Amino acid sequence: MAYLELNNVYKSYGEGDNRTDVLSNINLSIEEGEFVAIVGFTGSGKTTLVNLINGLLKPTSGEVLFKGEPVVDTSHERGVIFQNYSLLPWLTVGQNVYMAVKEAFPKENKAFLMKRVKDYVGMVSLTPAINKRPKELSGGMRQRVAVARALAMNPEMIIMDEPLGALDALTRGNLQDEILNIWSQDKRTALLITNDVDEGIYMADRIIPLKP
Amino acid sequence: MEQDITLKKEGQGLAFLKPLVAKFTPKFQKGDLVPWLKKTGITLLSILLFLGLWHMGSKALYNKEANYKIEKALTEQGQAAADAERDCIASGESSCQPNTLPSPTQVWASLQTLIADHKVITADKAAFNEKMAATNAKLVAKGKNAIVYTGRASFVDIVLTSIKTVFAGFLLALLIAVPIGVVIGLSPSLRSAFNWFIQIFKPVSPVVWYLLVFMIVKTLYIGDSSDNAFVISFISVGLCAMWATLVNTAMGVSSVDKDYINVAKVLKLGTFQKIFKVILPSSLPLIFTGLRITLSVAWMVLIAIELLAQSQGLGLFVWEEFQNGANDSNAKIIVAMFVIGIIGFLLDRIMLSVQNMVSFNKNEGV
Repeated sequence: MAYLELNNVYKSYGEGDNRTDVLSNINLSIEEGEFVAIVGFTGSGKTTLVNLINGLLKPTSGEVLFKGEPVVDTSHERGVIFQNYSLLPWLTVGQNVYMAVKEAFPKENKAFLMKRVKDYVGMVSLTPAINKRPKELSGGMRQRVAVARALAMNPEMIIMDEPLGALDALTRGNLQDEILNIWSQDKRTALLITNDVDEGIYMADRIIPLKP
Repeated sequence: MEQDITLKKEGQGLAFLKPLVAKFTPKFQKGDLVPWLKKTGITLLSILLFLGLWHMGSKALYNKEANYKIEKALTEQGQAAADAERDCIASGESSCQPNTLPSPTQVWASLQTLIADHKVITADKAAFNEKMAATNAKLVAKGKNAIVYTGRASFVDIVLTSIKTVFAGFLLALLIAVPIGVVIGLSPSLRSAFNWFIQIFKPVSPVVWYLLVFMIVKTLYIGDSSDNAFVISFISVGLCAMWATLVNTAMGVSSVDKDYINVAKVLKLGTFQKIFKVILPSSLPLIFTGLRITLSVAWMVLIAIELLAQSQGLGLFVWEEFQNGANDSNAKIIVAMFVIGIIGFLLDRIMLSVQNMVSFNKNEGV
């Protein structure tokens, strides 16, 4: 049995005449420890697919299975890195990560949580910026915070929705290496959604094209 | 080629001026002085222009009324009476002065009178309290109420009463509107349940709110001889002014960025965590915009409500001066007008700086 499995998944928005089918008959299986990239055009339903897998949306028909269980809600087992960073602008870098860590480890004491925050912020080399707000950071730095936030929750699978889409080519290259580096340390299952085929080839073990 | 040459010349001219400019602007950033001078200069100029127009306008009105009085004396009582009237007006005798828009100098004089009056009343009050101190101590010891000064309120006391009323009303509006706004912002069904209520009561005039509050408070205070004017006026002010905050809070809470909601979902925040850590911070700017409008509306309706409630504030002061019709009454009304305007402006500035302090996107509202 595969780690993550999508069977005959359909997703459409709207009702009746306004109904638009976004995804139709998607079948996909990902094994544990794999790094898979899904490549597709803008508007081909990539973000919808991601939201189905992380539990923010439910399929119109078909099933999404994670470790054999149907996905009904979001879970700390699946960490998400959003397309547009989605950092809370009123919190500092440290506070953004702390908020996630606190939810993921509700039983731990504050010292443990703080240490974890510091470790992960250090891992994406943002320790000097730990008390800054997202607005004071560059795009690349913000995305690194998002990476730290997702990984600090210790998810079993990490889902990245065009994480580098808004960055310039140079920063993109650096962050690709950085993410691969972090990933290679504990080989979690990873799903990368991207519109850049080169990025997919460079980072993933396997590439799945998504046709519109 | 020719253009190049002229450009170069201009550059040289400016370069020549640079050290000179730098010498005269030690405290300012480079290039700050000229815009600053320009800005203050324009403000001062417009104030002068305003005062000039006001002076001329009041003078014209004064002459019109004076001429009418003389004409009237002439047609009704003959030449002798008209001459007497003219002399009376020219002599500055208060009984026959035209009672019209006061000039800036008269208003300034009235302000001085009010301040002097305040000093007299404060001294009076201090003397009274000193005289009564021993008696009051005995009364309090016996468990009775102390005798307090009940003389005329000075202008400063009146202004303070008004500010107190506005703050009490504002606080009431905040305590009612923000929680309700959050609740109806969160739930679309509650929003539609409350919608008719908001739409109907929002445009109701301050006067009607006052009457409604009066009906209720009067009954609640039945048999109680204490003064309920303050209670009535602050509740009416609060009810009139809370709508902007209510609507803005509901809007802010219901239109939180989808990304933040997704983050809250992915992190699996609990309901309270979600409200206090994500929804409220993200709607703070809109809530504060609402609170700013609420405060300025509260200050605006205050005058009408104080007048109706007979609360010892600026509203009653203005109305009493108008009814009084003394020689300097009009000037006192204009003083009150400026005081109202200036305090309203200061309140708005205070709210703006509080808003900038607490909200994450700084310098957004001006």
